[in-house]
Amino acid sequence: MTGGGFGAFVRRAHGAGHLVVQPRMGMSSPERMRAGLLATRDAEATTVGTITLDSYTRVGDLESAELAVLEGVALNGYPIVSHVPATTRQVLDGIHGPGFPVQVRHGSAAPQDIFRALTAVGLDASEGGPVSYCLPYGRVPLRESVAHWTASCEGLAALRGAGAEPHLETFGGCVLGQLCPPSLLVAVSVLEALFFHRHGIRSISVSYAQQTDPRQDAEAVAALRGLCARFLPDTEWHVVVYAYMGLYPETEHGAYRLLGKAAELAVTTGSERLIVKTVAESRRIPTVAENIAALEYAAAVAARTPRTPLDATGTQTYAEAAALVNGVLELDDDLGTALLTAFAEGRLDVPYCLHPDNAGFSRSYIAADGRLAWADIGKMPLNGIADVRPAQAVTAAELLDSLSYVRRSFDRRDPEDTRARETARP
Amino acid sequence: MSPFPARPAPGDQPVLVAGGISDSHTWNLVYLQLLLEEHGHRVVNLGPCVPEDLLIAEALAHRPALIVVSSVNGHGYHDGMRTVTRLREHPGLAAVPAVIGGKLGIAGPCGADEVAALRAAGYDAVFDDSAESVAAFRRMLGTLPQRALV
Repeated sequence: MTGGGFGAFVRRAHGAGHLVVQPRMGMSSPERMRAGLLATRDAEATTVGTITLDSYTRVGDLESAELAVLEGVALNGYPIVSHVPATTRQVLDGIHGPGFPVQVRHGSAAPQDIFRALTAVGLDASEGGPVSYCLPYGRVPLRESVAHWTASCEGLAALRGAGAEPHLETFGGCVLGQLCPPSLLVAVSVLEALFFHRHGIRSISVSYAQQTDPRQDAEAVAALRGLCARFLPDTEWHVVVYAYMGLYPETEHGAYRLLGKAAELAVTTGSERLIVKTVAESRRIPTVAENIAALEYAAAVAARTPRTPLDATGTQTYAEAAALVNGVLELDDDLGTALLTAFAEGRLDVPYCLHPDNAGFSRSYIAADGRLAWADIGKMPLNGIADVRPAQAVTAAELLDSLSYVRRSFDRRDPEDTRARETARP
Repeated sequence: MSPFPARPAPGDQPVLVAGGISDSHTWNLVYLQLLLEEHGHRVVNLGPCVPEDLLIAEALAHRPALIVVSSVNGHGYHDGMRTVTRLREHPGLAAVPAVIGGKLGIAGPCGADEVAALRAAGYDAVFDDSAESVAAFRRMLGTLPQRALV
């Protein structure tokens, strides 16, 4: 294992007692992208850089991305396949290196072109997964996504050696963004990490997105760590926590309180990295300055939070996640085949997911105590493990109410937390 | 809640719900399906990232009472223009009611010029993602002639 890669940087920072914080940042203009990376590098925090790609590149509509580059139309991210390599090298020149690794974030079920483009400019860190970048978010059949991700992992793994240790992060811990019970998030994250490993990747991070209840989230991250320790030998791995991925608070104090809780979740659970969200999140794509403020705030909260991880096992979240993972692994020696069978048989079943390859029998709800729970487990192997409240018909208003639960809770003014934020701000 | 994707009964004009061409978000589509069903409409939910050709094919197959395009990824304006331009060019789909809504620009809500351009290109109404716009959308649903008897 070498010292130059994305995973090694995060490990060193963790060893030195720092949480690595990272924005989700991408602009179509090379000049603005470079300025964003520089500002991230120079923030008062231990940071890694992000190049988030645009939606056209994500869905493989390279013609539209190219047209936007030619016409100078602003996109919601950096079109790395459509900019010539020399342009992206200029964006990265003197910025990217062992002291400031840069990850390409995209969201593609067919990332071969993206991986080719990022390796062509000397990058080797990305993220996604055969399930999490397919099922909730697009139209690509799961079978094709598994094949695309197999080829992509193997292509990236071919960079190993000669000082490179390519890194992949699972997006499985963020499936749906919100209202997905943590055990399923943990299971998909672990399974995608195993998928990466079986296709030759040896530096991996596993994601988990903050949900509705801090205690349940802490249990989930502990379960994730426990399962990775068990299933990922000879692998450099770490956990990345995402600040809440659903409807974000609209007030400044609410947005900062929620981000602060995400930083606390990351540090207390012993996690190594945090993807931040900003005050602008509820309205539009944030500016560079808003991202820097979020990075510095999260770093300040992290610096004053002690590491107090829970025991990995012995929780309901662990029991459910382990049952889901084992239920898939026993289906086939080939993990890609096992994942396809699992979804076809409903052994993995994402609630409220519109994709035709998802069984669609499962349903979730927010319990009175704030924890995410199952209203229906469908055919998932959770009988006798999960507490299930029989499903009721959900109205549009009730769904919106659930989707807004975190926003509402954090927008409510809490003087004590607001004071804490004021003293933490640089 | 009905299973996805819902399929309408023969002879019954559904409402077609579609995400933007490049937009992977789905909670907006789930919410719209429930809202439309509560207003008595059958819904064909095409899910996220709907290309123009698919929308046109589904519109020809279902002859919907209304097409609802929803987008929150910031490309809604550009994707929505492409979609409706292609839709209106197609013989037989010139008059089907179509609306668009959500977060349509990367820098916040569309300005008046962009809203006017979307309407000129063929949308019957343009909504942002505010509570007032949701209320306006609901009022519009009440005026639609085709409602399932439930």
